[in-house]
Amino acid sequence: MADPEVRTPTGSLWRMEKAQLQTLMEKLTQQGYTIIGPRIQEGAIVYDEVHRISDLPIGWTDEQDGGSYRLKRRGDEAFFGYAVGPHSWKRFLHPPVFSLGRTRRNGQGFEWTPPADPPPRYAFLGVRACELHAIAILDRVFMGGPYVDPVYRARREALFLIAVQCTTAGGTCFCASMGTGPKAPPGADLILTELPDAFVVEIGTERGAALMAEIPCTPATEADRAAVEAHLEETARSMGRQLDTADLPALLYRNLEHPRWEEVAQRCLTCGNCTMVCPTCFCFTVEDLSDLAGTQAERVRRWDSCFTTAFTYTAGRPIRQSAKARYRQWLTHKLASWWDQFGTSGCVGCGRCITWCPVGIDLTEEVRAIRETDGALAGERR
Amino acid sequence: MIAQAIPSYALDLFLPRPFQVTGVRRETPDTVTLRLRSLHGDSLSFQPGQFNMLYLFGVGEVPISISGVHPKTRDLEHTVRAVGYVTRALVRLRKGDVVGLRGPFGRGWPLEEARGRDLLILAGGIGLAPLRPALQYLMAHRRDYEQIVLLYGARTPADLLYPTELERWRGRLDLQVFITVDRGDEAWRGHIGVVTTLLPLAERFLDLRQAIILMCGPEVMMRVAARELENRGVAPEQIFLSLERNMKCAVGFCGHCQFGPAFICRDGPVFPLPQIRPLLEVREL
Repeated sequence: MADPEVRTPTGSLWRMEKAQLQTLMEKLTQQGYTIIGPRIQEGAIVYDEVHRISDLPIGWTDEQDGGSYRLKRRGDEAFFGYAVGPHSWKRFLHPPVFSLGRTRRNGQGFEWTPPADPPPRYAFLGVRACELHAIAILDRVFMGGPYVDPVYRARREALFLIAVQCTTAGGTCFCASMGTGPKAPPGADLILTELPDAFVVEIGTERGAALMAEIPCTPATEADRAAVEAHLEETARSMGRQLDTADLPALLYRNLEHPRWEEVAQRCLTCGNCTMVCPTCFCFTVEDLSDLAGTQAERVRRWDSCFTTAFTYTAGRPIRQSAKARYRQWLTHKLASWWDQFGTSGCVGCGRCITWCPVGIDLTEEVRAIRETDGALAGERR
Repeated sequence: MIAQAIPSYALDLFLPRPFQVTGVRRETPDTVTLRLRSLHGDSLSFQPGQFNMLYLFGVGEVPISISGVHPKTRDLEHTVRAVGYVTRALVRLRKGDVVGLRGPFGRGWPLEEARGRDLLILAGGIGLAPLRPALQYLMAHRRDYEQIVLLYGARTPADLLYPTELERWRGRLDLQVFITVDRGDEAWRGHIGVVTTLLPLAERFLDLRQAIILMCGPEVMMRVAARELENRGVAPEQIFLSLERNMKCAVGFCGHCQFGPAFICRDGPVFPLPQIRPLLEVREL
C-alpha cells in the first residue's frame, strides 16, 4: 500500500479495479457516512441509499427525449452507463419536506421545540459534472448571501463528494452548451471516470487522498489518461440538445412580451414537474400543520413551485395568474435573472426539465424560437 | 476516524419570537392597527419602511410593514388589512393575545439621503402604513428637511387610515396634507379623484423637480404616478417606491417575492425607481 503522502497531490490520477469501489464504499460507511448513489426504482435510475456495488444500476442505461424516459440494457456491465434520472442531489441537501420544529400552545403564548434529529452526513456517489455545478449554484443561493440557510449548510458542510464523469450523453443533455460538463469542475473529493475494466480516479481534495490511501490502486498510465480524454470528447460530441447562450439574459429581458410565451402556455400544463426535477430550483413554502385540538403545530418547509397560482398569492389574489406569466417567470429566472441574483446561470444543461415535462416542452427550443424572432411583440394588449 | 462533533441546526432565523398584543385600534371596517410588545423584553430597532413577519400559531406567517412606534411605550405598530387567510385571523386578535414576530427585514426609505431636501409623500389606501413611521421620523427631525407634502388617496372616507393623526398633521404649519377619495359620501367635503390629481396642489409648496418622492400604494397607482411625475420633469432617481409580494422566509431563500431579478424581501421592499422601472410596466411579472 502506498503511503498517503505519496497520493496526496490533488490532481494525481490512479487506476482502481472496479471491484475496489466496494472497498471504497465500505470505508465511507466505516467513517460514518450514509452513501447516496444511483439505483433502479420503479423503472428509473434514482438517488437513494446504496450499501454495495450490486445496488448500482450495473448494465443499465437510460434513453431520454422530450417527455420520455426509458431504461434499457446496455451490452456491457458499466456501473455508471447512464446520464441522469428524475432525482437530483438537491433532495438530500435541501429536503423536499423538512420540519422546522413543533410549536405548542403555552398559556397565552407558545413554545418551540427544534427538530431532534441531527443533520445526516452524506457521501454522494456518482455526481455528474453538471450536478457539481448545480451544487455550487445552490451553495451560492443558500450560503453566499447576507443570510445563510442553516438547513442547507449543516448537510453541505458534512458532505463527501464522489464525481463520476459521464461517458454517455443523454438525449436531452446540453452541458457542453452551458459550459458545465462533461468534465467535472473542481469541488469533488474524488473524480472517477469509468473505463471498461477499471476506474480512473482523480484526487480532488486531501480528504479524497486520505480515503484513496486505503484503497488498492496503481498510478494511472498514459493510456488511461488518453482513454479518459477520449471519453469526455465523445460525450461532449454526442449531446442530445444544444443551447445558444450568447447574450441570453439580455435576449430574454427584452422579450418579456414576446408572443412565444402565449404559444408555450398553450402546451404547458403548469404541473411544476420541471421545477421538481431541476437540480437548482430552490423555492419552498412554509406550512403550519396543527393537530385537531389546536394545541400543537408543526412548522414544515416544503418544496414549492413558481408554476402554482398560490405561489404569488398577495393581498388576496395571485399575481401570476396566467400560465404564460408562470412559464415566463421560470425560464427568465433560470436563464436571466439568476445571473443578477447569484452571478451564474441557474441552468446547468442536465436536460431533466425536458425529459420529465409531460408534454415535452423543451427550453432549448423555446429559447431558439424567441431568438429567431427577437423583438416580436404580443398582439393587441389591454 | 468516526464522525466529529455532530452539528445541530441553528434555526433561529426561522423562529418567530413571542410578542403580546398590547392594543388594537380599528382603523376601517377591514383594517386594524396592532400594538405589539416582546414577551422576552427584546427591543427592536428598525428603519421606517422595513417589515416584520407576523406569525399566528397554527395559522401561518405573513409580511407586514411596521406602521409606527407608540410614542410612550415604544411598542411596535402594524396595520393589517383582512385580505387573506392569515390577515383575516390577525385582525381578530385582542389585547393580551400573543403572536410570533421575526424581523425587521428589508431596506427602508432613504430618509438620510433626503436630508436637506423637499419631500413629497404619496400614499394610496393601506400604502400609508409603511409611510407612517417615515412621517413620524420626519416630524421628529423636522428641521433637517425642507418642505414636506403628503398626498393621500383612499377608496372612500371610511377607508382613510389614522383619521385622528391625519387631523393632527393637517393642523401643522410645517406639513401640507391633501386627501382625496375615489367616492365621497354625504359628509365628504374634500377632493374626489385619484391621488395624482392632487399633484398641482403639491406643486404650490415645492418644486417637484428638486424633491425626493416616497410612494406606496396599489401597483397600478404607483405605475400611473411614476409616469405622471416623470411627465412633470421629475427624474426617476428622485422616486422611491415600496412593493409587496408573497413571502415565506423574508431572507431571500423561498423565492416567492421575486420581482424580476429582485428579491423584494432583501433588496426591497423600498426601491429607487430606476432599479425596477421597466419591470413595473410588465403585467403579471
